[in-house]
Amino acid sequence: MIDVIDLKKSYGKLEVLKGITTTIKEGEKVAIIGPSGSGKSTFLRCLNCLEDPTSGSIIFEGVDIADMRVDINVHRRHMGMVFQQFNLFNNKTVIENIMLAPVYLAIHDLRMKKLKNFFIRIKNAFSKHKTPLYEINTTPQKIKEEARENALRLLRRIGLEDKADVYPSTLSGGQKQRIAIIRAMAMNPKVILFDEPTSALDPEMVGEVLDLIKQLADEGMTMVIVTHEMGFAREVATRVIFMDEGRIVEENTPQELFTNPQHPRTKEFLSKVL
Amino acid sequence: MGNFSRKLERFWEIFYEYDGYQRVLTGLQNTVYIAVVGLAIGIVIGTIIAIIEVFPKYKRLPRILNGFCRFYVALFRGTPVVVQLLVAYYVVLPLLGLNLPAINVCVLVFGLNSGAYVSEIMRSGILSVDPGQMEAARALGLSYRVSMMKVVVPQAVKNILPTLGNEFIALIKETSVVSFVGAADLYVAFNYIGTNSYEFMVPYLAMALIYIVLVMAIAFLVKIMERSLRKSDRRN
Repeated sequence: MIDVIDLKKSYGKLEVLKGITTTIKEGEKVAIIGPSGSGKSTFLRCLNCLEDPTSGSIIFEGVDIADMRVDINVHRRHMGMVFQQFNLFNNKTVIENIMLAPVYLAIHDLRMKKLKNFFIRIKNAFSKHKTPLYEINTTPQKIKEEARENALRLLRRIGLEDKADVYPSTLSGGQKQRIAIIRAMAMNPKVILFDEPTSALDPEMVGEVLDLIKQLADEGMTMVIVTHEMGFAREVATRVIFMDEGRIVEENTPQELFTNPQHPRTKEFLSKVL
Repeated sequence: MGNFSRKLERFWEIFYEYDGYQRVLTGLQNTVYIAVVGLAIGIVIGTIIAIIEVFPKYKRLPRILNGFCRFYVALFRGTPVVVQLLVAYYVVLPLLGLNLPAINVCVLVFGLNSGAYVSEIMRSGILSVDPGQMEAARALGLSYRVSMMKVVVPQAVKNILPTLGNEFIALIKETSVVSFVGAADLYVAFNYIGTNSYEFMVPYLAMALIYIVLVMAIAFLVKIMERSLRKSDRRN
């Protein structure tokens, strides 16, 4: 689903990613581990072009999204992202946070279709060859209602229905992060990127967030997770990538990588953290 | 001060029995009109300039626009508003062959002028919002413009509301120079009363009083707005 080919990223003279090539298949749960400054987060942020890659390509569903000419916004809709610092919109209530993007984008698409239909009608009036119109079977009200129902369903799932109309500032870290995860889910993404989802949480809240991620993993969601939780990586991931100094040093199944690391750098790292 | 009551009587005569109070009302109306519409124009211009200035500048177009915005800000912050008024009314308008009423020229000039100041206020507001907010919005597939307008700018406005209130108050007081181009504001009205009653103490005192009340009312309104915007905050 995502093919990364010789991805490089530099900030000025500092080369953070020195050529990464890997493939993420549908349904895979890829955990990325490695020491601080190894480029894990940068790699993840390059996957949806929050950082523009310096060179190389990222083929997502057949399109090279590293190409600057591609409309990245269209592809980002299908790639959810969860941040270390949650990044819930502070000026919106919980349910508005979840509904904002789906509603806005659906209404925007609807408007564009109507606009295109308008031009097609004009064209049809003057030419013998009739172009078919785009089908419109929804209204802005309907879109909003559906998005609201979907948001409430997701909130119910994580047991935070009663928090629908409060502002994020009143929530605990664990609640914020779970809402950030379902905010990404509300877009029906094909893959979710997790950037250290539990690193900013109190230890007692890590569990609830990991449980939710595990549930999503069991449902078959494709995931790329940058994490420091080795136990979690071992349990959930189908493949673990160990990165160091901007390169993939070793990748393998979690059983193999954790119990039988091949590369000396991997051994050294694992001996420190396990 | 012994004849203060007589002065008051003279003032009252012109103010009430002639058309003094009507002129004061018109003046008040014009003052508020220029300041309110000017600020509205200023906020629109300022927001656009601020967004252009914080936009990433890899490509040529944003750089050119940014250069233009900097020139604009330098121009309007670098000259006194009186000079801008005079130049607009006696130089620009005749050159363009337009014939606008003085009050509309004032609204435009004050709008353009406050746009330059608001742009810097707005820029600091946008920079005060956590960059993660923008990233989260972009990661959901929203465009730069939509992320700015739906997520970043509302939070920025909340942060800069007290400063914007300041700008509004400054604007209200600065409008007292519009008589330079012949627009009828509070100063013109009270000056009329003064010249007709041969007595300036009470009219100017009353004018000062009206400005103070006006400014206090604005400060109060800003407080109310701030409170309603702060409902998403933990501090109340």
